[in-house]
Order: sequence, then structure tokens, then C-alpha cells
Amino acid sequence: MSIINVTDADFQEKVLDSELPVLVDFWAEWCGPCRMLGPVLEEVAAEYEGKVTVAKVNVDDSPATAAQFGVTSIPLVVAFKDGQKVKESVGAKPKPALVEEFSDILG
Amino acid sequence: MTDTPSTDTVRNVAVIGSGPAGYTAAIYTARAHLEPVLVAGAVTAGGELMNTTEVENYPGFAEGIMGPELMAAMEGQARRFDTEILFDDVVEADLVSDPKVLTLGDGSQIKAHAVILTTGSAYRKLGVEGEERLSGHGVSWCATCDGFFFRDQEIAVVGGGDSAMEEALFLTKFASKVHVLVRKDELRASKIMGQRAMDNEKIEFHWNTKVAEVRGEDKVTSLLLQDSVSGEQRELAVTGLFIAIGHDPRTDLVKDQLELTEHGTIKVEHPSSRTTLPGVFAAGDVTDHTYRQAITAAGTGCVAAQDVEHYLADVLGVDEAAPAGPESDANPA
Repeated sequence: MSIINVTDADFQEKVLDSELPVLVDFWAEWCGPCRMLGPVLEEVAAEYEGKVTVAKVNVDDSPATAAQFGVTSIPLVVAFKDGQKVKESVGAKPKPALVEEFSDILG
Repeated sequence: MTDTPSTDTVRNVAVIGSGPAGYTAAIYTARAHLEPVLVAGAVTAGGELMNTTEVENYPGFAEGIMGPELMAAMEGQARRFDTEILFDDVVEADLVSDPKVLTLGDGSQIKAHAVILTTGSAYRKLGVEGEERLSGHGVSWCATCDGFFFRDQEIAVVGGGDSAMEEALFLTKFASKVHVLVRKDELRASKIMGQRAMDNEKIEFHWNTKVAEVRGEDKVTSLLLQDSVSGEQRELAVTGLFIAIGHDPRTDLVKDQLELTEHGTIKVEHPSSRTTLPGVFAAGDVTDHTYRQAITAAGTGCVAAQDVEHYLADVLGVDEAAPAGPESDANPA
């Protein structure tokens, strides 16, 4: 499955209530490193399909969700499992490093 | 990666890095028909200028140009002359043998007779308590990425160079007040940038000031500051700290194979770009402790390209018109 876009309106339903663990990428158009991380997450989404959902939250469009999780640096990837934040990773990282950080979830 | 080269092809030259030095080296070697491959980085393509805003001192752009736009133009120019660009990282490099062997993050390998290292530099950390722990929770290295989250808040920038001034000025668009913390009683920044920051009424300078600790439980709430002369300590309430205290050359990949200078940069035989290993050249900020400008990086990238041309012709007998060929066709002198 490809990456889904999530907003303030459906964050509860698509992330917190999700049966699968979700990796949420907080990003914005004006953030250079966010654009770098995009293709890496596309690959992760394709490779770990069925194990994890990868979602993107645009912090410009969904400020409430970004504020709720205290986002002050992007790109920020946060892992949610059973409605709980379980891990996070700040900054654009190559795929091997990202996969390693989230190995508990990606298995 | 779709266009990963097959492992039995030996390239004339591989460029590692994609800042101004890397792209310039690629443009020049491509125009010399050396068919370069450039490893741009999986998430660092374009280098440091990707995180800057307006670049006002790169010649040729009278009205200035945005950093990312400048790098996109350089990439386009390198592509125009058929540079092969790979968005991956070199995770291992054997620079001693000929051909030299570079292993990428996806496990594939590049073999090349010559390598140009333009790996630039990485942000320097303060190394104080709380910095690592609160990274992403108020501690930031990228004003253009994170300034947005500090609207109407009081924040601090640490550093006295041009990047610190640029960050502070950029952050005044969002923050209610920006404290600039400078270790000495003067700036390292250029006159024009320093003056601009001092003229901005949202910016307050704190001289002779070091950050001793970043404080806060889940997010930054204050900084413990120390007067670098008297040693006196005080607390400054801010919600964000942007660190712009300079950079360290990125040499992890090669530091065991090449000689470095006392500053940690790759040692080159100035004015050439030759390192201590034959066939290995270096350019840009990874060799430069002093100037560190986009234009000086581009300049040394050009030097490296020409050094490679001579090396391939003189040492390996590779004619400039010779295409990259299979390993068995290589003709070491």
C-alpha cells in the first residue's frame, strides 16, 4: 500500500484506531530534508506492506495534530502502536538507518 | 535504485557528495568525457545549501538565489553532460586498490580508477547536558525546517558566524524574540550579516556567553548560560535553541585510509586536490577549514576534476575520449 495522507480530522481514525502499527511522517513543503525523506518512506511503505501503515501529516494543514504531539522539528517520524506513541526519529535518514530505528515495529 | 551500475564495469571517476564541489567536479569531468558517476547521498543530496534560504554571494545571481534552487541548477547542469547520479550513500570505501571500490547502502558496488571526495561537513554539536535528549523537542539544527513551530515564542540561537546570523534573522519571522548567544565579545560573521542582525529589533545579543546546559523535561524550557569570562551562571527562559556553531568535516568513511590535517579536514597537496593516496582527490568543505563558501567549494571541485583528468591520462594512460569499459580493458600504467 502506498503512503496515506492524514489530517487533524482523521488522525484518530487512521492512526490511533489503526489495527496495524503506523509510522507517521510529520512534514511540510518548505522543509528541504522532508523532501529528501519522502522517497525513503515510499520504499519503506512498499517493502513493509501488511506489517505497517505509513502516513504523512502536513504540519501546515494539520497544526493541531502536530501540536498535540509536541512536534518542533521536522521531518519527524513517529511510530504509533495500539493508539500509543512508541518511538520517534528526528531528521531525514537513509533507509537502512530508519529501518534499524524502527526494527521493533518493522521486525 | 533503478540505474545501479553493474559491478564489473570500472568507471573512470566516481564523485562522492553533491554539494557545489561535487557537482562542479561532475560537470567538469563529464565535459571531459570521463563519464562520471556521482553518489549524491540518500537523504543529503544537494548538501548544506539545501537547508539555507537566500544565497546572496554566489556570483552570477545579481538578485540572489535560494539555496535549494542553486543546487537543483547544479544537478541539472551535471545531468546535461550525462553524469550518472545515484541517490544513495557510500557506506564503505576501499581507496587503496586500483580500481577503488565503493559500496553503497543498497549493497551494490562502484569500481573506479579515480575518486573525488566532496563529503562536506556535518553540524557540530554543543556537547552539553540536555542537547541530545531534547533534540527534536526544542533543540534544532535547521531554522528553515523548524522556525515555523516557534511562532510568537522566545528562542535562542547559539553561534557567532554567518550561519548563526542567517538563522537568527530567519527566525525573527516567527519568534517574538531571538537571543543570539556568542561565546566571544565579537562576531565571526561577515560585517553585512552581523550588522543586519544587530539592526533587527527582535534580536538581542548576549556576548561572552556559553550554553552550559539545555533544560526541560519533555521540551526545552530554559538554558543554563555561563559567562565565558567571569564563569557566572544564569538561566534564560526559551522554548527553542537553534545550534549554529560550525561544522566538522565528514571524514568517517575515509579517515583510516587518508591523512587528515590537525583540523580534521582531508589533507591535500595545495594548490592541487591530491590526497595522500594516488587516484584519490578531495575538494570542498571536507578539505577546507578556513573559507567554506559555496564558491570556494565549487572552485576546488573544478581543480579536482582537472587533477583527475591529468591523473587518468598520465598515470593510467586513459585517453579523454576513452569510454568506461569492463575491468579487463583497464590499462593501469
